[in-house]
Amino acid sequence: MESAATTNHMEIVYERPVTLTDTPMHYCPGCGHGVVHRVLMEVINEMGIQDRTVGVAPVGCSVFAYNYMNVDMQEAAHGRASAVATGIKRVLPEKYVYSYQGDGDLAAIGTGETIHTVNRGENILMIFINNAIYGMTGGQMAPTSILGQVTSTTPYGRKSDLNGFPLKITDLVTQLPGAYYVTRQSVHTAAAVRKLKKAIEASFKYQPLKKGTCFIEVVSNCPSGWKMTPIEANAWMEKNMFPLYPIGDLKVPKQN
Amino acid sequence: MIRGTVLINRDICKGCELCIAACPQDSLGLSDQINRHGYRYVQLVQDNCTGCINCALVCPDCAITVYQEPRAKAKSSAQRVPAL
Amino acid sequence: MEPTSQRVDSSTQAETRLMKGNEALAEAAIRSGMQAYFGYPITPQSEILEYFTAEAPKHNFVVLQAESELAAINMVYGAGGAGARVMTSSSSPGISLMQEGISYMASAEIPCLVVNVQRGGPGLGTIQPAQGDYFQATKGGGHGDYRLLVLAPASVQEMADFVFDGFRLADKYRTPVLILADGALGQMMEKVVLPPSGSLPFIDKPWATTGKPASRERNILTSLHMEPEKMEEINVKLQDKYRKMQQEVRYEVIGAENPEMVIVAFGLTARICLKAIELAKERGIKVALLRPITLYPFPYDAIARLTSTAYAFLTVEMNAGQMVEDVRLAVNGKRPVYFKGRMGGMIPSPEDVLLEIETIAEKQQTTTV
Repeated sequence: MESAATTNHMEIVYERPVTLTDTPMHYCPGCGHGVVHRVLMEVINEMGIQDRTVGVAPVGCSVFAYNYMNVDMQEAAHGRASAVATGIKRVLPEKYVYSYQGDGDLAAIGTGETIHTVNRGENILMIFINNAIYGMTGGQMAPTSILGQVTSTTPYGRKSDLNGFPLKITDLVTQLPGAYYVTRQSVHTAAAVRKLKKAIEASFKYQPLKKGTCFIEVVSNCPSGWKMTPIEANAWMEKNMFPLYPIGDLKVPKQN
Repeated sequence: MIRGTVLINRDICKGCELCIAACPQDSLGLSDQINRHGYRYVQLVQDNCTGCINCALVCPDCAITVYQEPRAKAKSSAQRVPAL
Repeated sequence: MEPTSQRVDSSTQAETRLMKGNEALAEAAIRSGMQAYFGYPITPQSEILEYFTAEAPKHNFVVLQAESELAAINMVYGAGGAGARVMTSSSSPGISLMQEGISYMASAEIPCLVVNVQRGGPGLGTIQPAQGDYFQATKGGGHGDYRLLVLAPASVQEMADFVFDGFRLADKYRTPVLILADGALGQMMEKVVLPPSGSLPFIDKPWATTGKPASRERNILTSLHMEPEKMEEINVKLQDKYRKMQQEVRYEVIGAENPEMVIVAFGLTARICLKAIELAKERGIKVALLRPITLYPFPYDAIARLTSTAYAFLTVEMNAGQMVEDVRLAVNGKRPVYFKGRMGGMIPSPEDVLLEIETIAEKQQTTTV
């Protein structure tokens, strides 16, 4: 541990939540996964629901999410996290259930499960990390890769006639009657992280109401896959991804 | 000015520098040393931290603990925001 | 007011009914204390899902029509992982789609019951009964080294009984169990004695993901272990379990004592062979039937023992010859093993089988003269 100033007479105003394990995360430097993991675990800690929460990890970079999240967890097959979460929630309807998936998992191989889970209005929280690339397998095109984006499988840039268009799956699920709360957030600034935390808090507060699916997209980065420094990656994300995936609420519960 | 400081877990810091960019006081910088994973880690370079927690919020590795001097007694603890 | 206390819940006692195989299986599942069913319609087993959806309001179980077999099996994974007594059912093409999830459950050791009411294949095939999924059922089915405990019913009664056995064995070994039936067994109506409700006890599942109390470490269900040393360890553990599962082997031998010929057949085919054995007896040929009831574990030893009296073995299947490979392994070259099969949804007749028996008997006479 490093301390440049004495902490005598000071009080802790920010520390690692106990719901996050001590295991150092395997993510690349600057990756947004770590922030989302931490914020999610903070909310679970502060709401005191660790003993009533079950999470589902995906396949992708966050496949080892269960190594860091100190809650009961199941590891799903690629794309099936929301189906697994459905199975858990249906037999444990009073527990808090969330799935955590990346863009390849949720919006390519798992599109069917995603649409139908939300369409049934499963009372779960789906967290969707969109960084426009397949990180774990080495930077291939994702369904959410933007037009012109160079990836290891679109070496000349994504072309719509060849590769189709970026899939705005969050806009798609917003249209479904089973969606209760849909929002798109990011984690690139302290203010953005605060907003994400509020969105996660709201989603867990909604869950016992059994009104439908809460869906949070986090527009995030992939410094390694994009071949940029973390600072450059966040700037690229703001410039190129935010116009296509604008930050903000897409569907908020109607006031009673 | 409210005084604060940070405790950085240099063993798990990956030197991504996002905290450096997030710090409004320019209190943070990269060390010339590397940690056991080979990363240059972040450290306080100026003793002007206010304990605003921005660095900790954007840290992907949850490597930063933030401390702050207790505020004036006039402010009740209920008005204090503990983490966010 | 109508007296409501008059109504007695008939399911608390054994009950005899005339039912379709699919419906008997579903009713037995309800009586077994099944807590969740996830499925997708496919002929010839859709009655199972229909029966559950009709009965659900009277009982306390989850039934959900999923958007695909892929989703269904992963819902089974989730619910099973959360500790529920859970099952799904499908028919051949749908079971192929479920293989990914079954492999994951075998590895993560999540107990569940899967029912395959087989139809003819390959491909979309036909909706008529077949036994073409023997290899898939008994040799793993999906990727990686794993086995399912496989029960093969031959009657509507067994369609019901094996649900209880299936759930019990799934819990005992923390493994997916497969009931390998076929379209005829699913659709035929027979008398069935249904077991009483509540007769299958529930066991503690301390590994289940039900929410982590402060008193224990978090529970993780996964099939991912990046270190090869760890993954081999998981494999060794699974193989140990499969060795222990060998004690569950079940079969029956029917027909002539000290038979000169043995037919090996399972499920529907075994019933057809019984008629053929009767016909053979009229012609003075002493034939016995060995019917494997568990296809995994397979009754290798029981078949091997019969090589001392029988001069030949005949395997009859509704496929191109799948179980016959296991029969050959059991016989181990000591006697000739013949095969009679029909494919693509065709069912062999007793006369077809009799003809095979007579041909083998004639061949035996010409070689011994």
